This record gives sequence, C-alpha cells and structure tokens, in this order.
Amino acid sequence: MIDRLTLRDTLILGAGALAATGLAGKAARAAIPTADVPPPKQEPEKGATLRVLRPSKFVDPDETIFRANTKAFTEATGIPVRVDFVGWEDLRPQTAVTANTGAGPDIVLGWPNDPHLYSDKLVSMTELAEYLGKKYGGWYFLPEKYGKKWGTNDWIALPMGGSTGPTVYRTSWVKEAGYDTIPADLDKFLDLCRKLKKNGHPAGFSLGNAVGDANGYANWLLWAHNSYLVDEKGNVAINRKETIDALKYAKELYPNLIPGVLSWNDASNNKAYAAEEIGLTFNGVSVYYVLKNDPKTARIAADTDHAPQPFGHAGKTPASALILNAMLFKHSKYPNAAKEYLRFMMEQEQYDKWLTGCLGYWAQPLKAYAKSAVWTSDPKLAIYRDGCGNEFWEGYKGPINAAAGSVTANYVLVHMFAAVSSGQAEPEDAVREAERLAKRYYKS
Amino acid sequence: MDATASWTYQRPTQTALGRFFDNRAVLVFFCMLPAAGLLLIFLTYPLGLGFWLAFTDTQIGRSGEWVGLENFQSILHDRVFLNTVWWTTFYTVVATVGKFALGLWLALLLNENLPFKSLLRAIILLPFIVPTVLSAIAFWFLYDPQFSIISYLLVDVLHWRDTYIDFLGNPWSARWSLIAANIWRGIPFVAITLLAGLQTISPSLYEAALLDGASSWQRFRRITVPLLMPILAVVLTFSVLFTFTDFQLVYAITRGGPIDSTHLMATLAFQRAIPGGQIGEGSAIAVAMIPFLIFATLFSYFALARRKWQQGEGND
Repeated sequence: MIDRLTLRDTLILGAGALAATGLAGKAARAAIPTADVPPPKQEPEKGATLRVLRPSKFVDPDETIFRANTKAFTEATGIPVRVDFVGWEDLRPQTAVTANTGAGPDIVLGWPNDPHLYSDKLVSMTELAEYLGKKYGGWYFLPEKYGKKWGTNDWIALPMGGSTGPTVYRTSWVKEAGYDTIPADLDKFLDLCRKLKKNGHPAGFSLGNAVGDANGYANWLLWAHNSYLVDEKGNVAINRKETIDALKYAKELYPNLIPGVLSWNDASNNKAYAAEEIGLTFNGVSVYYVLKNDPKTARIAADTDHAPQPFGHAGKTPASALILNAMLFKHSKYPNAAKEYLRFMMEQEQYDKWLTGCLGYWAQPLKAYAKSAVWTSDPKLAIYRDGCGNEFWEGYKGPINAAAGSVTANYVLVHMFAAVSSGQAEPEDAVREAERLAKRYYKS
Repeated sequence: MDATASWTYQRPTQTALGRFFDNRAVLVFFCMLPAAGLLLIFLTYPLGLGFWLAFTDTQIGRSGEWVGLENFQSILHDRVFLNTVWWTTFYTVVATVGKFALGLWLALLLNENLPFKSLLRAIILLPFIVPTVLSAIAFWFLYDPQFSIISYLLVDVLHWRDTYIDFLGNPWSARWSLIAANIWRGIPFVAITLLAGLQTISPSLYEAALLDGASSWQRFRRITVPLLMPILAVVLTFSVLFTFTDFQLVYAITRGGPIDSTHLMATLAFQRAIPGGQIGEGSAIAVAMIPFLIFATLFSYFALARRKWQQGEGND
C-alpha cells in the first residue's frame, strides 16, 4: 500500500509539474495542460483518401466516438476516411497481409509488437511523436517502448492508448475477509484469496487458453516474483529460482480460486463477476463499465473497486498494457494526410472525448491527458489512468520481437502455471518444458 | 487473276485455325480449361503454397528461406505436437465409431414405419443444418464451469451432485466433452445417408428371409450390412476426413486447452502459424496431416469397398 501511494504520488506530481509548464502557453479553458509547440508541417496531398483498420470495440463509445472524430477530420480537411473495425483475432493476420502485399489500409491500429515486425515497411513517426510528446507532457514508459524501434530513438509507430487489467474486486466481500484494500504483499494476498474462498466469493483468474487474461495472470505471477522470460539480450532465462517460487505460489493460490479456471476464456471472468460468482479478478475497465451502465447491475458496480495487481517483490505494478499502436505503411499514397489524421485524432479536442467516452478503456499514452476529466469523474477509474506507465512488456526483459509474440500466442507461460497449479507437473519439470518451448521461438 | 472462272459449289476450305479447333484433343483441352483453372487457382495453388511454406522458415511479416526438413524435425521433437497427433487420431476413431453406431441405429429406426416420419427426418437433420460455430458456442455454454445447465440440473434441481462439473477443466473430461459434441454434430450426416442406403434395399429380400425363418439379427447381419457396405464405405471416408480435419468445434469450445491437451492438428497448425506467427512450422503441421488423411481414405475406400468383404466371401 505504501509502495503504491508513493508510485502514484510521484506520477501525479510529475503530471502536475508538466501541467505547470504547459499551462503557460494555453488558455485555462482546457483541462488538458499543453505546451505551445507548432505542429509539424505535413501538408495533406491533393485528393487524398485514407483507409484505417482498427480492432473492434469492446465498449460502444470506442466505436461511435472514434467514428465521430474521424468524421470531424473529414469535415475539417475534406479528406474522406474509411475506418474498418475487425475482430481482435483477425487484426494480426490482416496486418500481416497488408504489410506483405503492400496494399490495403494506409493506417493500421495494430497490436503492440506488430510495428516491430514490419519496421522497414513503415513511415517514420518521429517528427509527429516528438511534437505530441512536447505538447502533451511527454510519453509514458510503455508507449515509448513500443513506439520506438528497439534500442533507437526512431518512432516507427504512434501509440494511441493502452489497456490494462488491474485487480477488480467487491469492496464488501474483501472487507468481510478482513482487508480494507488489496494487499501488495503476496502472502497477504494469498490469505485474502483463501478467506474469500471460505466466504463463498472466491477469486478467479484464467489459466486457460485466453490470450489476454491468462497471459496477464501468468505474467503477473512471474513478474511479481522478480522473474522474467528472457534477459536483456533476448536469451531465454526462465529456468531460475524465482520462477520456481512463482510456480509454488501459483500452486498454493490455485485451490482458493473458483473451480474451472483452466477452461476460462477471455470473457469468462467478466461473466462470473457479473453473476456474482467471484469476488476478485484482474480485468480491464470493461467489467465495471458494463455493470455501471446497466441499472440491474449498478448495485454490483457500486460495490466494486479497482486496485493495482499486488506488487509482490517487484516494487511496482507487475503488469504490462495492451498498447494500441498506429502504423503508417510506406505503400500509402498519402502519408502526409495520414499523419495529419493521426495528429488530429491525438489532439485534445478529439482525444479527450474518446478517452472520456470509453471511461478510459484505452488509457492515454501522453502524460498530459492524466488531467482529463474522466479520471476525476469517477474515483474508481483512477487506477486505469497511468496504465501506460507500467514498466513491464511482453517478453520482458528482452527486446520486443516476434518471438515474444509467439510465446504469448502459444500460451507457453500460461501452460507452465496451469500444469503446476492443477498438479499435472512439478515446478521443475514445468519450467524446463517452458524453457524448451520458449527456446523454439527465441532460436533465431 | 482470272475473273471468268466458273463458280463451283463447294465447302470453303478450312482455315488452319478451324482445323485446330475441330481437333478433338484440342476441343477437350479448351472445354476443360475453365474447370482446371479453377482447380489450379483455388485448390492446387494453396495446397502447393502450403507445402512450400512447410519447408521454409517463413514468419508473419518476414518471407522465409528454404530450410529443408528442419520444421519437420523440429515438430517431431515437440511433445505438444506428438500429443496432438495422438489425440487427433483418438478423436477421429472414437468420434467416428460413435457417429456410426448411433447414426446406423437412428437410420434403422427411421426406416421403420413411424408416425410423422418425414417430420422426424427433418428434425434429425437439425444439428447438421446449424452452422458449426453456433453449435460449438451452444456446447461451450453447456460445458461452462459456472453456467452450465447440465451442472445446474444435477446440482441445484436434482441434488445428485454437490459441485458443478468441470467439463473442460481437465484433459480427459475436456476430451470426452469434445467427442460428445462432435458425435452429436456428425450423427445426422451418417443417419441420413445410411437411411438413403437402407431404402435401396429391396423389401423382397427381407420377405424371402422371413419365409426362410431368419431371425431379425440374421436379417440385419446377412442382408442389411452387406448391401449397405458400399455406401457405408463412402460415408465412412467422408466422416473420417471431416473429423480428422475438424477445427471449429475445438477452436470455439476449448481453443486446444486445458494445457494443449485438446489441440487437433488443424487447430495447432493455426495457432502456431497465425497468432503465433510461425508460418513455416504451422504449415509443417498442416502438411503432416496429409499422410494420415491419405491412409484413412485408402483404408476405408479400398478395404471396405471390396466386393468380397461385402459379399462375405473368403479370402482367396
């Protein structure tokens, strides 16, 4: 708890300091503190039209406001923009086809590590990203990590938001178990889960083939024990004592979870939480959003609160964020128009509406937006505000590359924890198996 | 030029082009071309590309180089793949046996004179008509660890159990759940095709057998089974192929979980190739299905379609 307050306070102080510098140049009307920086000169080409591909909505305003902002761009510039929404699982293959064939949409709002697979096919975003960074108080940690080509200062993508999955819990049930808040300490967290289970409101974390939730849980277990998949150079380093500790902890935690988590998919914890079957899980803002907006379940939302995942030994939130990374492909005939479109979407007049409408589902990558009204509109949302400031990423501590994505997609870590939790493997065997599988992808 | 030449009635001499097109072989070639083109573009090319990719180290976003058999060597040392091969075979065998036993039984029932016969036959087809993904999602709800209606009935209504059934949470129950779903979905195809086969059997054969005092088992064994064999062989071939290459049921219900225990070769190939980005390895897994499919086809086609099997003659 102490750790958590300090971290949060530092971030708030940081934002405040930035706000102070920013406010000088901008009228007090705007809640978003900005610095007076001239936008990059990118005159849209004559007769430009744009096609944008992005993942489908998780909450309704994500689509409606995004479309409205796009329409405002067309009205302001006369450039028609077509936005296509595709299912989350189809986005990666479609990005690949676009990249490999050099045809299709100009801009893809893709998954975090995709720009790193196609970096030579992308238009540099450095100028635009630096402008936005200067104007809006700088970029958070993860957008910078995912936006820049590994080990350089060249922006290959423009991060537009990040989604995190902190602890979502029922305040009254956690109180009933004897805790006022979610303990950062792992032993106390285990104790909390044990008591929740005893009281009939167990915690639930997916250990099934759920790309988002299960990988989030596995990464939390790993990182909270100060372990990691690969070292800084990208050598597989999972076979270490800390991983064994994490596996033993997972095994102790498992019987206190609701039965059936081995087959949970990404929607299961949302359903179980809404049905009051579980009292605690890790999830994005979507659970709370849905409960809050339905009068029948508003009661549950009122009894719901959020907290960071227990820090454990990490000393900071042991979680990453799903970064929405905009890529502009070199095959685009209108790169300036496309950059102008991205700039327009990221400017406060548009961006703040989107951020607010989604209740922060895609949290801002730019620090100044921490001042957005959405984060004070409901104190329960505050935890999502600095999600992009998390300091872990897919394939931590190694470079962001295709291998890290393959490990996630093939559930290597999830299966390691699932096998030990369910008693199908000993920690030592499971970690060797995970090492073997990870090495298959990190070989080249 | 001689303008006074008398005109004689004769067929204009054929141009070279005309002769060319009158050639039977050429004509056949050109008439076949559209069909062959379709096959080449939509069947041979993807298959050939899949084959080619299996021998490269292609990844999403990076074209690969020829690596020979490396992908195959790699998957042969991968326990996940070997388990998948075993489970795919098991799934195919058990589900096919189940489908045939129940499908044949259903076909025999439907062949009797029942009230509302055509209505019943229409209902039987329902599982086959519903898109696979929809039925898979329905099964996924039936098997949900928290919201399963089966668990609800057993625990909260009938009080036969204390805990909800964890259908998909451990390897074996997940496997049997998937087999049950596959059988449910496959029965109509088998039942309706076998019913068609049954109706081609002349009733006079049964009448003659009755007059000779054959029991109902003897009639089934000596008349129904042999005469049904040819269609059985065809249906079996198709059924084995469909089951072995199944994707949607498993992908929608378990995604191959828990812990990769229910991955079929098709779902594993997809997971490795598309979400995982390792197109070469995924293709190798897909190509590895081909020998199994060829074997299954040859077996059911040649073995079961043999006349002496059908007519019960001894081997010579």
